[in-house]
Amino acid sequence: MARAKKNVRKSGRRHPLATAALVAVGLLVTGAAYTGFSQTSATAEIDLESPATIEAGEKLFGANCATCHGANAQGTEDGPSLIGAGAASVNFQVGTGRMPLAFQGPQGMVKPQQFTEEQTLQMAAYVASLAPGPALPDSRYIQADSDDEGIARGGQLFRINCAMCHNVAAAGGALTQGKFAPKLTGVPATHIYEAMVTGPQNMPVFSDANISPQEKADIISYLKYIENQPAVGGLTLGSIGPVAEGLFIWVIGLGAIVGLTVWVTAKSN
Amino acid sequence: MAEEAKNNGGTDAVVAAQGHSSVEAAAGTAVIASDAVQNPGLPPHRKRVTDLDPKKEKRAERTVYTLFYISIAGSLGAVLAYMFFPIETGEMLAIRLHTMFVGLGMALALLAVGVGAVHWGKAIMADHESIDVRHPVPSDEPTREAAAEVFRLADEESGFSRRSLVRNSLIGALIAFPLPGITLLRGLAPQDRDPVQLLKHTMWDKGVRLARDPSGVPIKASEVTIGSAFHVIPETLNHEDFHNLSLDERGGSETLLDAKAKAIVLLMRLDQSELKELPERKNWSYDGIIAYSKVCTHVGCPVALYEQHTHHLLCPCHQSQFDVSEHAKVVFGPAKRPLPQLPITVDDEGYLVAQSDFHEPVGPSFWERLK
Repeated sequence: MARAKKNVRKSGRRHPLATAALVAVGLLVTGAAYTGFSQTSATAEIDLESPATIEAGEKLFGANCATCHGANAQGTEDGPSLIGAGAASVNFQVGTGRMPLAFQGPQGMVKPQQFTEEQTLQMAAYVASLAPGPALPDSRYIQADSDDEGIARGGQLFRINCAMCHNVAAAGGALTQGKFAPKLTGVPATHIYEAMVTGPQNMPVFSDANISPQEKADIISYLKYIENQPAVGGLTLGSIGPVAEGLFIWVIGLGAIVGLTVWVTAKSN
Repeated sequence: MAEEAKNNGGTDAVVAAQGHSSVEAAAGTAVIASDAVQNPGLPPHRKRVTDLDPKKEKRAERTVYTLFYISIAGSLGAVLAYMFFPIETGEMLAIRLHTMFVGLGMALALLAVGVGAVHWGKAIMADHESIDVRHPVPSDEPTREAAAEVFRLADEESGFSRRSLVRNSLIGALIAFPLPGITLLRGLAPQDRDPVQLLKHTMWDKGVRLARDPSGVPIKASEVTIGSAFHVIPETLNHEDFHNLSLDERGGSETLLDAKAKAIVLLMRLDQSELKELPERKNWSYDGIIAYSKVCTHVGCPVALYEQHTHHLLCPCHQSQFDVSEHAKVVFGPAKRPLPQLPITVDDEGYLVAQSDFHEPVGPSFWERLK
């Protein structure tokens, strides 16, 4: 592009093609700039390091979170300290709608998000600025694009580390006193990754030293793989195992047998 | 009143012959109602619509043979489904469609035959009501005597009662016959080794490194962040190393899976202020890092549902709960004793190592009494 400009200049600004070239260059630059601009606004790519973002996040935090987490995120009786919680934790808790809590209960529930993605990231930037903590996942690891070998490895890791709570089909399961491990189907890869790194609520932490980022990507790939697999057995009944299946066979199966028995022994009218 | 009833001794029964209201009976006197339910006998025979209306009969007949034709269609449909939904492609969905359509065809075939046959019997076949009178269960006297005579004669001719040596040796032979079968059951238990010792000893020993399951990569103490949970196996529990170990180093287990079943451990790191350790176990943890056997002390399920904030470990089989911040004591459920703790420390390279084997048998409480 620069060379083209030079040539234009050398051969003379009054060349008949100069106007056309100038218009072309102008259009290209405007187009490129516009494309770049619209992309940033579409994915809310905001700079988490910039003081403006952090300041915006601090304001949002003061208005929405400080009641429980303290004015400086130091924690109160009603909520834990967020110093060192990291951007990943904020993005998970606020991005899934768990925070702000609707009420104090056994555990925070998923609900419609209260903040835009931009606002969430601003708060994440503020919390991350307080002390180092788990950062947002690298986009490489949340593509769910592992090859077959990676998916198999992810499945093995999932069965050892996750399946006892989240169910072998990732359908979720009950814990103690009203707590539960949520189902993992339909959860965005980013949030799965962030949950592993930060250990939200009663979930243990699976730091990068325990399960490496690539292994986490494999687990996510596996989850997306089983989510997209058709159920070979037909109706899954929620994949939650013997309770749903037992209920089905006792109510529907036995009901049909009782109905047939009544019909066989009834006198024809 | 009460006294009067007592005097009567409950023997007074007044038959309410003249109707309920006219009789003055003392309280507590049994009254036999005259309007007790009478045996209504059999209801009059009711003809079916198919007996009364030839059109309805025709229709029932049509229904029956249509059902039989549907059955034929189902059978043929199953054959066609087998041909047109092959499972050769290897796709999971292909298997589902194959199974579903073949199964539906066969189910339809059988169900239609059954329903058709029952409907035939109920709606079209002759409808008589008859009574089969029960006959007495025992045979008549001469038959019974003849049978007894047969036995008496057999005993006399064979000498079963008389030749007691023959008879008793036969009984002995029959008793001895099942013994080899019972002996074979012995082969199901571990041979030449004490099962108590087998369950007491695992692969853990002084200096054995704690490694990740399943990769076998040893764990550094610095890698275990607060709130973490690691699923742990001994470092030597992999296919390469395991077969070079002596039986003693394998914890007495011959196969890798047997050894793993006993040696699995859950490693957690708690904030040290939250850890309430027994005085004699003060040096069993390292910097808030604790390791417990993952085998439930109730019936041996893997206990691994760890709640980071409550520090409770939940067993998914029977809901036993263990509090890992307090030496894994039982806080709920059928388990009777805490999970065995693995004493750990770090080696000079910073890796977590076991100080010794478990100090008690892992697994179900049954073995505890054999300590």
